[in-house]
Amino acid sequence: MSGLALNARVVGALGMRSVRQTLRRPQLVSPILIFPTLLLAVQTGGAGSAVDLPDFPEVNGFLDFMIAGAMIQATLLAGNSGGIALAVDLEMGFTDRLFSAPISRFAIVLGRLAGTAVLGAFTALWFIAIALIFGVQFEEGIPGAVLMIVFVTLSAVAFGALSAAIALYAGQASVVQGLFPLLFVILFLSSAFFPAELMLEPAASVAEYNPLSFIVTGIRDQVVGGFDLAVFAETVGAIALIGAISIALSAVALRRRLRVG
Amino acid sequence: MGAAAELGTIWALVRRSANEILRVPGAAIPGVLAPTIFFLGLTAAFGSLTLLPGFTTDTYQSFIIPVSLLQGAGFTGAATGVNLARDIEQGWFDRLIVSPASRPVLLAGLVLSASLRSLIPATVLLSVGFALGVEWPGFDGLALALALVLGLGTAAACWGTMIALRFRTQSAAPLMQAGMFVAILTTTAYAPLELLTGWLQDVARLNPVTQVVEAARQGFVEGTLSWSETWPGLLALAGLVLVLGALALRGMRRASY
Repeated sequence: MSGLALNARVVGALGMRSVRQTLRRPQLVSPILIFPTLLLAVQTGGAGSAVDLPDFPEVNGFLDFMIAGAMIQATLLAGNSGGIALAVDLEMGFTDRLFSAPISRFAIVLGRLAGTAVLGAFTALWFIAIALIFGVQFEEGIPGAVLMIVFVTLSAVAFGALSAAIALYAGQASVVQGLFPLLFVILFLSSAFFPAELMLEPAASVAEYNPLSFIVTGIRDQVVGGFDLAVFAETVGAIALIGAISIALSAVALRRRLRVG
Repeated sequence: MGAAAELGTIWALVRRSANEILRVPGAAIPGVLAPTIFFLGLTAAFGSLTLLPGFTTDTYQSFIIPVSLLQGAGFTGAATGVNLARDIEQGWFDRLIVSPASRPVLLAGLVLSASLRSLIPATVLLSVGFALGVEWPGFDGLALALALVLGLGTAAACWGTMIALRFRTQSAAPLMQAGMFVAILTTTAYAPLELLTGWLQDVARLNPVTQVVEAARQGFVEGTLSWSETWPGLLALAGLVLVLGALALRGMRRASY
């Protein structure tokens, strides 16, 4: 078997293990699906009157606006859960056993990211299903929904790589778990839950330049507003930027772990 | 066991909980950070809702602070359930139930600890809130809000205990947290009842925690307290503590080693 095929098998096997591991543990599933769904339901009903505010974007209902925020919240948390699971593997010695196997070390991290990507795609499908059930109309139809899934999946890999870097560097699940509050700070300081121009200062200014806002806008445009090439380019750029930095950090952290042990 | 011994046991359990905070201060951080971040985040994101006709205040932070206080109490209570599940998994709880202490005494110790611990996030939240322009609710308004925080911390601890005794694993933690999350946020948490939309308006009308939120909110939003807005909150909370306390006690009595 060629090296590439072997590594592809390793990535596939570890990716499947990662997905199964998440689906079997309520502590890992609930931040990805249950909490974002509950928050989506509560915020849609609680702040739904916001659509009557002057300058609120033209929408059929608040759920149209919120669905992208819920997706990106779930994606961030899926990435973090992947990092926690990797740190647990490091703590339990499972990763050490993989390191001593005749396989590429990067394939081990890529396997975890493949699992995170699958979970990202699953969350996108989950929220698209919720949107359809509750009458959200996709401005861009099926191609728009497919683009949403692609954006969410790629974002999951980018965020997952960042969590993986921290897990590899710290080697402790509690450190990665400690990022949870920080993720919510990043979320609230973006346009995930409300239009940036209607947020209070200084959050409004931060949200305008937060890369997460660019990603959310790209996802949201498939439901509200329609496809826009400039927004598409900004979204791809934001995902690529976060992904490049995260993967570079993961590579550095992996090398350090292999050197230091 | 005499009354003095029972009180001594309750006090020992409260001391044990306090020791956890003193020896592992980091363990208290998530319970403080989560409601504080939600308070700051919701204010920043949804602050413009006060511009809607019919909104009862022009400072969203005053409107949302009671929700965050109760959320802090809810998280603290749920954490008690998680800690109990850990004690069950590690066998410490088995040693407790073979001791001469009665089950109601053990439950009282757990619940009282949680109730007192809920004052930690409340203190941090109020400090942050007042620094960010939350209206002063008056001493009576503040006392009522804190009393309701203690009460909801008790109810949440009973809920957490009940779930921990039923599932006997820390894997049930999301259920403990989700229960409190749903109870507190399916109320008038984000906006007055008239401005809620869809199903949430109906649920909030029926949810007893809405009365608790409204009672805690009145001082911050109106600046004065009225008995007509206070008694439904106290009654709803008493009912929650009674029902959840009875269920938790039933779980305690059924617990075997």
